[in-house]
Amino acid sequence: MLYASASQTVGPYLHIGLAGLYTHDLTQDAPELAEQRIAIEGRVVDGLGAPVPDAMIEIWQANAHGRYRHPDDGRDLPLTDGFTGFARVPTGPQGEFRIVTVKPGRVPGPNGTTQAPHLVVSVFARGLLKHLSTRMYFPDEAEANAQDWVLSQVPAQRRGTLVARAQGGALHWNVALRGADETVFFDY
Amino acid sequence: MADPAQYRRPYWGTQPEYRFDPYGSTQQRAPAQPLVSVPQTLSETTGPHFGAEFVKKGDNDLTAGNGGSPLGERIIVSGRVLDENGRPVPDALIELWQANSAGRYLHDRDKHDAPLDPHFSGEGRTITDANGHYRFLTIKPGAYPWGNHYNGWRPQHIHFSLFGRACATRLVTQMYFPGDPLLPFDPIFNATADANARNRLIAAFDWETTVPEYALGYRFDIVLRGRNATPME
Repeated sequence: MLYASASQTVGPYLHIGLAGLYTHDLTQDAPELAEQRIAIEGRVVDGLGAPVPDAMIEIWQANAHGRYRHPDDGRDLPLTDGFTGFARVPTGPQGEFRIVTVKPGRVPGPNGTTQAPHLVVSVFARGLLKHLSTRMYFPDEAEANAQDWVLSQVPAQRRGTLVARAQGGALHWNVALRGADETVFFDY
Repeated sequence: MADPAQYRRPYWGTQPEYRFDPYGSTQQRAPAQPLVSVPQTLSETTGPHFGAEFVKKGDNDLTAGNGGSPLGERIIVSGRVLDENGRPVPDALIELWQANSAGRYLHDRDKHDAPLDPHFSGEGRTITDANGHYRFLTIKPGAYPWGNHYNGWRPQHIHFSLFGRACATRLVTQMYFPGDPLLPFDPIFNATADANARNRLIAAFDWETTVPEYALGYRFDIVLRGRNATPME
């Protein structure tokens, strides 16, 4: 058996190689989603609360029907033309990022459960020897969130770090790499 | 729906920890709380797919496309992308970036007093073939100083970003060069505890891919996480 290659940081100059896939709007090639669009805004901060201006965030999600565009998802649910479920954005000078997407549908979870709608989020930056894995959940899904198997593994007092806030027509969700309001990160 | 077959967890010491104090930037960026361990669901065993349309002919040739030949030692970096079961990973998108031969990146934040090369952007991209093979033509990057510690220098390296089949196989790593005297002193390279795991990030000089009168060959195989044979019960 082989062992997976060791991860190394993206370093400060990640944009050189990774900017080619920057896209903040998952709906840009899917005009039928125009009415369902939502914006997600937030910041990435470090253990001192300082902005992280050289991070990159990747999003992976199911479409609004709860279907992943992937060969392992063979469920009989429709795909959405032009919607891949992937986005990659750099953070700005204040650590800020913005993503436009649609709320994903529910997908199967462990042990026959159904997961609450969520985004799979990966965070890359200088100083991260491995990328960080987290999730964003939706504030208007309290009932589904309460039954979500993955959320149930998170200490109750920290679950809030994974749920966005609705404010001013957008969803707000920050990623704190470390510190008082540290975001929950997963090992999977 | 049955729970999906799981990608194996890393063997102890073969991946860096988040916090590694000699690499100063980890101190305020590594999480302080323990990670929450969860099984992979369909969300993690799926992931984006990038077809051939994401790569143009010539994207794997960093010595062309910028109006002339870059300065430096021309090299061919090639290898295979495999999973931990030894199976090739086809259709894997590889994104690559690096400094020029003088050790300078084409990036606003790079203030190193070494010349930019108008004929080198340091960016490449390719997709593995059906047998997991990839190949880049580039220039050997220079070493460069960094502010992590007094008289700190990064060894010569090339950044690699890979998507396999799943979010669980996402990997960003760096390739190093054999015989580099800076390797024993580099906190990023040495953040991985297991010496064998570290050394697998060092490419091998390779006569077989060296092209006479043209370029030296380096071989660098990359391994992504592999899946257990049967679904977890």
